[in-house]
Amino acid sequence: MVEPILEVNNLVVEFDSPSGPVRAVDGVTFMVFPDEVFCLVGESGSGKSVTMLAVMGLLPPNARITEGEILFKGEDIRKMPIEQLNHIRGRELAMVFQDPMTSMNPVRRIGSQIAEMIRLHRRDLSKGQIAARVVELLEGVGVKDAAERARSYPHQWSGGMRQRAMIAMAMAHEPDLLIADEPTTALDVTIQAQVMNVLSDVRAKSQASMIMITHDMGLVAQVADRVVVMYSGRMVESGTVFDVFDHPRHPYTVGLLASVLTNGPAAERAYAIPGTPPTPADRPSGCAFNPRCSLAGRSDLCRSEAPLLIALGPTQSSACHFADEVSAWISSEEQLREVEREAANA
Amino acid sequence: MTQTTSRRTSAENAPTASPVPLPKATKVLEVDDLHTHFVTRSGLRQKKTVKAVNGVSLNIAKGETLGLVGESGCGKSTLVRTILGLHKATSGTVRLDGQELTSLSRGQRRATSALMQVVFQDPYSSLDPRMTVHEIVAEPLRINRQYSKTRVAELLDQVGLSREMAARKAAEFSGGQRQRIGIARALALQPELLILDEPVSALDVSIQAQVINLLQDLQAELGLAYLFIAHDLSVVRHLSHRIAVMYAGQFVEEGDRDQVFDHPENDYTRALLAAVPVANPHLRVTTPRPRLNDDLAA
Repeated sequence: MVEPILEVNNLVVEFDSPSGPVRAVDGVTFMVFPDEVFCLVGESGSGKSVTMLAVMGLLPPNARITEGEILFKGEDIRKMPIEQLNHIRGRELAMVFQDPMTSMNPVRRIGSQIAEMIRLHRRDLSKGQIAARVVELLEGVGVKDAAERARSYPHQWSGGMRQRAMIAMAMAHEPDLLIADEPTTALDVTIQAQVMNVLSDVRAKSQASMIMITHDMGLVAQVADRVVVMYSGRMVESGTVFDVFDHPRHPYTVGLLASVLTNGPAAERAYAIPGTPPTPADRPSGCAFNPRCSLAGRSDLCRSEAPLLIALGPTQSSACHFADEVSAWISSEEQLREVEREAANA
Repeated sequence: MTQTTSRRTSAENAPTASPVPLPKATKVLEVDDLHTHFVTRSGLRQKKTVKAVNGVSLNIAKGETLGLVGESGCGKSTLVRTILGLHKATSGTVRLDGQELTSLSRGQRRATSALMQVVFQDPYSSLDPRMTVHEIVAEPLRINRQYSKTRVAELLDQVGLSREMAARKAAEFSGGQRQRIGIARALALQPELLILDEPVSALDVSIQAQVINLLQDLQAELGLAYLFIAHDLSVVRHLSHRIAVMYAGQFVEEGDRDQVFDHPENDYTRALLAAVPVANPHLRVTTPRPRLNDDLAA
């Protein structure tokens, strides 16, 4: 069997708050295998970004991992001495952040920022070799006249170009795992397409695995191999991209998919999940989704007991007490909307 | 056939109803051959004219939504700011309810501003977090000496906020609720035109649809005209009757929603539509998407 690159087991992350510790991530478990794209989907407050910060060892001072383990190539990141962690970060494990403007130093030339990243782990290279590598990396992400443009400052580049520079920096040491936190959210659609193309090109060359954090179901459908859906700090569903899009087995996933406004002719009204996602501090008891759920939110079980993530097939799991009823529920909802549509047309 | 795709096809087979039925046309906003140019200096002597808006004409009728699509740097923000009077037009006219705005003085403009209100993109930075909801919604009424408690309550009802929420501070609310507060404030002076500047792009997916539905309901109820600016094409399609595609300061395509989306005539519009990721893993793009030469602004 293939060894996973990253294995996260029962991860719990707590934040300090005036009213005591708050669980932002509550028992997250997943594996990432070589050469795959793994998408972590969820809304704000779902814990998806905190999970990734924990993996990178970049949690803010008021947060800590209280349970679980994070194994990178079989070694627990939490037990590593800081020197070893620094050795891995940027070399074997790299990250691309959402906003390329705030993640670069505004008063240093782009080329010199990339050079710094190269020098960090390759002390043996000469100045000339580093400069050549900077140009090579920038050309690898589709920047033309790279030698000249490396002398620009971040503000002279557009958002899409800056994100290319961030990707070039992340790929400097050909990492085995690239973590991309909403890499295209701040960008226009055509630029988003270019950046995604660049990402898939550099991945194809280096065979790196990628964890992508996003809330864009369109992007997930286009790039993911496997998907984990998070809600209020917990995993609610996981599976291959086809499992999740073709046969969602959690009402929240169903709602997310239905909320996607299709590019086909507009339906009468947009489908909206009622209510708002809870903050980790006021997570409802039982299943966190129960107040917004129309499948079985009525059930006492949903209100009293948090459902466990249970395997439903070889690749798919769902954390819903009524996972077996989800397909039947979708068809009945479908019929209901059909009736409403006919009534509206009559 | 899978569940998600069957959902999609049933929507496609449904009659292509407009988002809200269109009443007979009376033009609320008419923009004719508008130019906004900026003079920039590079170096000591060279002067360069940037034609941010370069000959744009548009009109929006009562109860109608015009979707304005374009990428950053295409001039859509300058266009909106010129319509609002925040930039001076180089030439051309802007008529609101038949009245020419570009030649008015500041004071005269102020009198017309009630007719045209804006809903901003980011509900976190556009509302004062220390003011209560009541104060935020009441402010435009107070300034115009139209304040009454019942009017504020009525506005909160209209956007689906309960009256008990009025005493709470804006900081206590989630993004979707804050956007409702922003909409209530924009509606306070009974405008005829709402400029919606990316009103849902900062919101969570499950909340976006709630706000879109609210905007549709308000349009049907109050006969509002919308100028809807967004880069998310699926949201634009859902809400708009007509679409204008802007590129480098000009409209490269304008027309009926379905025509622009289903039979785009312009290459740029086509590239824009092709760049939208389709939420169906069975329809993955295997052939390379049409790539544009380089970034607009790079």
